[in-house]
Amino acid sequence: MNDDATQAPEPNEVGAEALEDDALRRALERAWCVPSGVIGRLSVVDHRTIGIRYIVTAFVFFLIAGALAGVMRLQLAIPDNHFLGPDRYNQLFTVHGTAMMFLFAVPVMEAFGVYLVPLMLGARSIAFPRLNAFSYYVFLFGGVMLFVALVVNSGPDAGWFSYVPLAGPDYGAGKRSDFWAQLITFTEVAGLAIAVEIVATTLKMRAPGMSIDRIPLFVWAMLATSFMVIFAMPSVVLSSTFLLLDRLVGTHFYNPAEGGDALLWQHLFWFFGHPEVYIIFVPALGIVSSIITTFTGRPVFGYTALVLSVIATGFLGFAVWVHHMFATGLPQLGLSYFTAASMVISIPTGVQIFCWIASLWRSRLRLETPMLFVLGFFAIFVLGGLSGVTLAVIPFNLQVHDTFYVVAHFHYVLIGGAVFPLIGGIFYWYPKMTGRMLDESWGRVTFWALFIGFNVTFFPMHLLGFMGMPRRVYTYPAELGWGTLNLISSLGALLLTLGGALLIANVVRSRHSGRLAGNDPWGGDTLEWSVTSPPPVYNFLHIPVVEGRNALWDRSPDRPIVTGIRSDRREVLVTSVTDAEPVHTTVFPEPSIWPFLCAVVTSAFFVGSIFTPWALPVAAVPLAVTLVGWFWPNRRDAAKRQSQPALQEQRA
Amino acid sequence: MTQDRRALDVSTLPDYAFGHKGLIWWGTVGFMVIEGSMFVIAVIAYFYLRLKVDEWPPSLPNPDLFAGSVNLAVVLISCVPAFFAKAAAERFDLPRLRLWLALLTFFGIASLALRVFEFPALNCRWDDNAYGSITWLLLGLHTSHVATDVVESLVLFVLMMTGPIDDSRFVDVSENSLYWYFIVAWWIPIYLTIYFAPRWL
Repeated sequence: MNDDATQAPEPNEVGAEALEDDALRRALERAWCVPSGVIGRLSVVDHRTIGIRYIVTAFVFFLIAGALAGVMRLQLAIPDNHFLGPDRYNQLFTVHGTAMMFLFAVPVMEAFGVYLVPLMLGARSIAFPRLNAFSYYVFLFGGVMLFVALVVNSGPDAGWFSYVPLAGPDYGAGKRSDFWAQLITFTEVAGLAIAVEIVATTLKMRAPGMSIDRIPLFVWAMLATSFMVIFAMPSVVLSSTFLLLDRLVGTHFYNPAEGGDALLWQHLFWFFGHPEVYIIFVPALGIVSSIITTFTGRPVFGYTALVLSVIATGFLGFAVWVHHMFATGLPQLGLSYFTAASMVISIPTGVQIFCWIASLWRSRLRLETPMLFVLGFFAIFVLGGLSGVTLAVIPFNLQVHDTFYVVAHFHYVLIGGAVFPLIGGIFYWYPKMTGRMLDESWGRVTFWALFIGFNVTFFPMHLLGFMGMPRRVYTYPAELGWGTLNLISSLGALLLTLGGALLIANVVRSRHSGRLAGNDPWGGDTLEWSVTSPPPVYNFLHIPVVEGRNALWDRSPDRPIVTGIRSDRREVLVTSVTDAEPVHTTVFPEPSIWPFLCAVVTSAFFVGSIFTPWALPVAAVPLAVTLVGWFWPNRRDAAKRQSQPALQEQRA
Repeated sequence: MTQDRRALDVSTLPDYAFGHKGLIWWGTVGFMVIEGSMFVIAVIAYFYLRLKVDEWPPSLPNPDLFAGSVNLAVVLISCVPAFFAKAAAERFDLPRLRLWLALLTFFGIASLALRVFEFPALNCRWDDNAYGSITWLLLGLHTSHVATDVVESLVLFVLMMTGPIDDSRFVDVSENSLYWYFIVAWWIPIYLTIYFAPRWL
């Protein structure tokens, strides 16, 4: 047995210790190696590699979806514009919204979780690493499918929430809405897999000492998000399956003529769709808390209140879905309840904002780029939150229903509430992921371009909404007087594009020429800053013993560590849910090509089922084969997994 | 080099744990919660659609009880081999485990075979009306879960016969029984919904 870590030398022999660390490092590098070559790269199960692939892919989808928005702004810049026809415009806004929600916002947040959660918890891997790889490929193939559909003029065109009967068999022509329904299936499978991984990792794989009241706030946010994904996404899986079945095999779930109901779609969609907003927003809250803690250089104010607010938001997010349906003629009493619930949900968010203000109060704040984006988040998100409260008031809601006021509101909430913290997060964690800093002065310019560009683009939309401009129209006559504001908005989009281009240039350029970051360029408090940048394949040479809420700041000078984890195999420590006491070790799977193959078959099945129900029986056998291949242990791995002889005897 | 204090030695810990102490349990339960939510929402959709019409089933005969009721008996009995397979796995008793796992797989296949008779016994088609659609969906959703676990049981059984076996595979068998309980437990409300909601409501 190659148990380097347990052969304890005399405590004072520093030289021997260094030598031993060296041997341990080499053993761990062998055990956790990331394979190369084509097959090897497709077999990777390493959470950092998959996490970065996920982030980059989500950003590529973000850029494409953003470009679609740019084309729309070009179309709307002047009245009576016929640059785009209504049919193309419908596809553009549908694919823009769908891609932003399902291919960017949710996945990119989960991807940050995939990368960061194990590092923040002091774990060597994410739980179920092969499932993680599978999730990525399913996500990738789903995204490619959507954009290919758009290119061949089969892009979905019924809006990102795809209401029936417009999206149903009677009005939704061709295969457009089927592509939409299956895109949902792709992204839900990918998203649910990650949610389960993050829950299991957070609850069972924390470093000893990290009891439940010491979990970093970002991880709490990811945990709450994952639970929301687990409870919300089944609803949209089912509703999009109903839609596909209505269109493919003639079921009548949404057909009122045969006892179905079109509003069933809206209930099922928004029971998912509203929590979805929080699924995007809550991880951003975690990013904000992380950045504020580091840049104020002291523990965040009101840890418990912040955690409870995140959890409360998670619950309340499920109780407000009907506020998207105020215009559907539901009973008055029900609507009043949903108005009240929608106002209640602003309370936990308010608590968080006040905790952050208290954290910033009289602190020695460092105004570097990540912190700038957090301050930008405050400004924009608070405005978006206020317009949200106005929308909860039914008479007002009916007045601005389906106008640009709603478009303005949700862009303030989503871009302000999620994208700004996310970009702050990129500036904050890019050094950890790549080993180099992003350029600070470019970062400041990026911030101002995005902040000003955003407000110039989206603020006029509030006014356009008051003036009655409906969303989702491809053009408008000059006499209505909407031209000036639309032109301003389109010019703002130009500035936004510039900011985006600057960010990309910074990311690409700094990859090789950025200033070296070192382990901890910001003086952070969480465990990812204790390892090299980028982190080694095994994350932690020694699993740390955590002594406080701010793991690195509270660590005693002699740096307590865990010993006795084997280094000749992918062994990880499993700890208890509340106290993070060691319970057992377990051996994680080696890299494998099977998750990739399984994702290929799964994707072929999803795409095939757009065209024929026979895709199911045809795909069943290859799917079973790839799943068995995935599960079946080879003899070498089984031997590695075998218990130590002493334990076997003890058991016998 | 800074001196790290060796504060905690975990070399004597076992490298597996059954039930909620282990990691696999959390993955299994995670997926049970996801699929349970899906069942809950499907049942809610059933009753939602019930409220939209006066007559239920709308101008169709009630489903026949026989095949579904036999299936209920079969899956309830199958909990016996599932229980003993779990117990044998947790004692690392390979011969008994093989026996009970084989029986569990057998009962699972029997349940699937009965589904061949259950779908025609619904006395409706999925494209007759919304009642037919949601009834087929409920039965189809549950059948897909039964099929998944039968394949899993079968694969585990073959693995337990041929090897390579290591300790973690015993945990897999234990969790497989847990997942089977979940599927059996869900058959009770879904059975009542499909077969008795048309009679009682």
